[in-house]
Amino acid sequence: MSYGPMHRKEDARFIRGRGNYTDDVRLPGMLYGAVLRSPHAHARVVSIDTSAAEALPKVKAVITGQTLAGLGLAWMPTLSQDTQAVLATDKVRFQGQEVAFVVAEDAYSARDALELIDVEYEPLDAVIDARKALDENAPVIRDDLEGRANNHIFDWDAGDRARTDALFEQADVTVAQDMLYPRVHPAPLETCGAVADFDKVTGKLTIWCPTQAPHAHRTLYAMVAGLPEHKIRVISPDIGGGFGGKVGIYPGYVCAIVGSIVTGRPVKWMEDRSENLMSTAFARDYHMHGEIAATRDGKIQAIRVKVLADHGAFNGTAQPTKFPAGFFHVFSGSYDIEAAHCEVTGVYTNKAPGGVAYACSFRVTEAVYLVERMVDVLAAELNMDPADLRMRNLLKPEQFPYHSPTGWEYDSGDYPRALRLAMDMIGYDKLRAEQADKRARGELMGIGVSFFTEAVGAGPRKHMDILGLGMADGAELRVHPTGKAVLRVSCQSQGQGHETTFAQIVGQELGIPADDVEVVHGDTDQTPFGLGTYGSRSTPVSGAATAIVARKVRDRAKIVAAAMLEAAPDDLEWADGKWSVVGDPATGKSMAEIALAAHSNLELPEGVEGHLDAVTVYNPPNLTYPFGAYICVVDLDPGTGQVKVRRFVAVDDCGVRINPMIVEGQIHGGLADGVGMALMQVMAFDEDGNHLGASFMDYLLPTSMECPSWELGETVTPSPTHPIGAKGVGESATVGSPAAVVNAVIDALGPYGVRHADMPLTPANVWRVINGDPFRTDLAIP
Amino acid sequence: MRITVTVNGQPHTREVEPRLLLVHFLRDELSLTGTHWGCDTSNCGVCTVQLDGVPVKSCTVLAVMADGHEVTTVEGLERDGELDAVQKGFVECHGLQCGFCTPGMLLTARALLDRVPDPDEGQIREAISGQLCRCTGYENIVRSIRWAAEASQKVAESEARQ
Ligand code: FES
Ligand code: FES
Repeated sequence: MSYGPMHRKEDARFIRGRGNYTDDVRLPGMLYGAVLRSPHAHARVVSIDTSAAEALPKVKAVITGQTLAGLGLAWMPTLSQDTQAVLATDKVRFQGQEVAFVVAEDAYSARDALELIDVEYEPLDAVIDARKALDENAPVIRDDLEGRANNHIFDWDAGDRARTDALFEQADVTVAQDMLYPRVHPAPLETCGAVADFDKVTGKLTIWCPTQAPHAHRTLYAMVAGLPEHKIRVISPDIGGGFGGKVGIYPGYVCAIVGSIVTGRPVKWMEDRSENLMSTAFARDYHMHGEIAATRDGKIQAIRVKVLADHGAFNGTAQPTKFPAGFFHVFSGSYDIEAAHCEVTGVYTNKAPGGVAYACSFRVTEAVYLVERMVDVLAAELNMDPADLRMRNLLKPEQFPYHSPTGWEYDSGDYPRALRLAMDMIGYDKLRAEQADKRARGELMGIGVSFFTEAVGAGPRKHMDILGLGMADGAELRVHPTGKAVLRVSCQSQGQGHETTFAQIVGQELGIPADDVEVVHGDTDQTPFGLGTYGSRSTPVSGAATAIVARKVRDRAKIVAAAMLEAAPDDLEWADGKWSVVGDPATGKSMAEIALAAHSNLELPEGVEGHLDAVTVYNPPNLTYPFGAYICVVDLDPGTGQVKVRRFVAVDDCGVRINPMIVEGQIHGGLADGVGMALMQVMAFDEDGNHLGASFMDYLLPTSMECPSWELGETVTPSPTHPIGAKGVGESATVGSPAAVVNAVIDALGPYGVRHADMPLTPANVWRVINGDPFRTDLAIP
Repeated sequence: MRITVTVNGQPHTREVEPRLLLVHFLRDELSLTGTHWGCDTSNCGVCTVQLDGVPVKSCTVLAVMADGHEVTTVEGLERDGELDAVQKGFVECHGLQCGFCTPGMLLTARALLDRVPDPDEGQIREAISGQLCRCTGYENIVRSIRWAAEASQKVAESEARQ
């Protein structure tokens, strides 16, 4: 049996400093690239003079938009079927946009050369506040697009508007709340970068880059650059955290490739931290107006929401094509609600592109935050306890599979059990009593509850694709003659421990130790096609492919075992990791014995090939729906606005846990994200579009001091559609925790009559709220 | 400028530009890529090494400032094929995920245990508070360092008994 806590195979190299990240790749004759970026949020590029830079002896090439235009590469497609400038030709559209690329003998010289490039800009008015993007006189950002006369990208809606509106009209109680889920950035500690090596003789292009989706990158390079796909090899080595920020292709990658083609030498480009925060994919930036209709005794009947989505200067969200707002329409959440409707409008602004990049499960994060905040607003209106109100409305176990009012089919769940467990673990009633005592003394403490349902593991491919590539994953399993196995998968770990977890799946299915299974990933020449690791899809999709391919191997092994035992395959059973004659365990043949026989001269039945190797493609029949109940306790200092997270209980149900140690680690990380987003992290801009969160001095991430010691609980409701009942967990805590923290802070502020305040609830923002002066957290202007 | 830096017990002499950062000296000149780089502002701590036994952020030290000094990097923690207790602790308690912050965390942990052999949770959290981890939520890093403290203590006790 291979499930259970197991030390990670990948640790051996990391604890010795022997990981191999992109910046660790060193090739003979390698050159170094650096990107010149725009200081303006919106400006016309009048001229670029590169002569002084080119005159530096160590500079090998300076590439501009004009150079790229000559190659047809000045623009590239985004993952949302928009286009994005690789290097600006006509205008710059956000501060930090790529303008030129220098290739030099060493990294310091490349940076020196950037100083010598002279760009003349003609500054234009910028659109920074998304709410003004559709104003009649707003400057048009995307005048490069034919016939585009405004900054509108899309309108999209889901659910039943008429039914929802009708329920609102008859409702006893309705509440409404505006809220902003501010722009944040995943900020993995390893920035983005690439090493490109184009071999003129073989025509082969090899790219090392920390991509979460190596196969998608290869296909896109083939489509964009017109290079034959079999001559492109993408190697995604160890990745220093991704969280969704390393899904797309960034202009720097294309520049490194062009740099290598132009110079005939390998080119490395690594961005610095400011470049990473200013130009790579951000997340959220959803301005939401939520409303709930309910009966006086707290039965929620309908929910509706209007969203204004700030997509930045290019629509680059990484999500399935059919869903311009990702999976936001799962916003009816974990509750039994008769009708729901959402409308989302996407707009361009003069900010970096992105939107889906931060463990958000394609915007389930925004959806969960919306509904969980709204339920607390309703609880305040009805003067009900927020946990009681949730209990009253949670879906019941017998309602699964549950068809949601916006078209989802939740696979399985026992929601009340999870919430009860969380309340027991934290001692909910005692905490409420403590809070009442403290309030009487003028002290502020808050208890915040959130419940989430995730929708992860995209496809099915019928409904889900990115640029036409269906979201199904391949897997290949070889079993060597001595019974050791090599698994090849398309997804790529950024710290999730696939080399261990996936080996455990194979071990479990084949009755061999997980240590006998090598997992190969992150190299498109070595692995079958698949869409990659994001949206918590590795275990739900590639993990399922792994189980299925192992079962194929097991089925082949059955035929070989039958020949070994001179029995009919139908007379064999799989027990204790061996094939044996039914009822006679002593005849059992292990996978090692069978593998050796499969490669021997053993006579096999007519039409049966030898060996045990198998391949498969897994196209998920449905998404999986992990869920959980979180409770956060905070203490708040009214004098300073400082919030201290005292306790955080997280009960997660992600179905069957393959390696509980790894699952818990994933949850810990997501909870820290939640505290960070709720209390610290934001990318704000001034009115000229200057980025006010472009370093770790300004974009504040939680440290060991802001994080409490996390308290985890679990329930297990297997997924009925996944071959081993697993649901995926990578993003659950990031999705579920921000609302718990914010709900706790707002709860603490109850004595001030506060119903809502936007993230991040920094001391300054909380202090302003206490003083009746709430504040736009996304803009430096009040 | 010509400098000699002793790294993991081995002296290295190189001709360097005065502006070269110690992190780049270690990574590019000596190919010790276990020391990482992660920010421009001395905030993230993934570049942490020990300079004469004290944890420093090597992105904030010029290579020339290390001239004549001793540097310990993650590659120097393992001695004669024996992992340091902090390395073992991180494996035991799942103190790492992507591994990018890990070398810096290990060196800070080692320095802490050298100074305070039996730190409590608060002391551990404070010691690593200048270093970011985006994956673990710090919980298992704290446990890993506690594990290392306890394991070292057990070794010391059994050595004392002998
Ligand atoms: S690289 Fe971030 S502190 Fe040194
Ligand atoms: S393990 Fe990834 S940053 Fe710490």
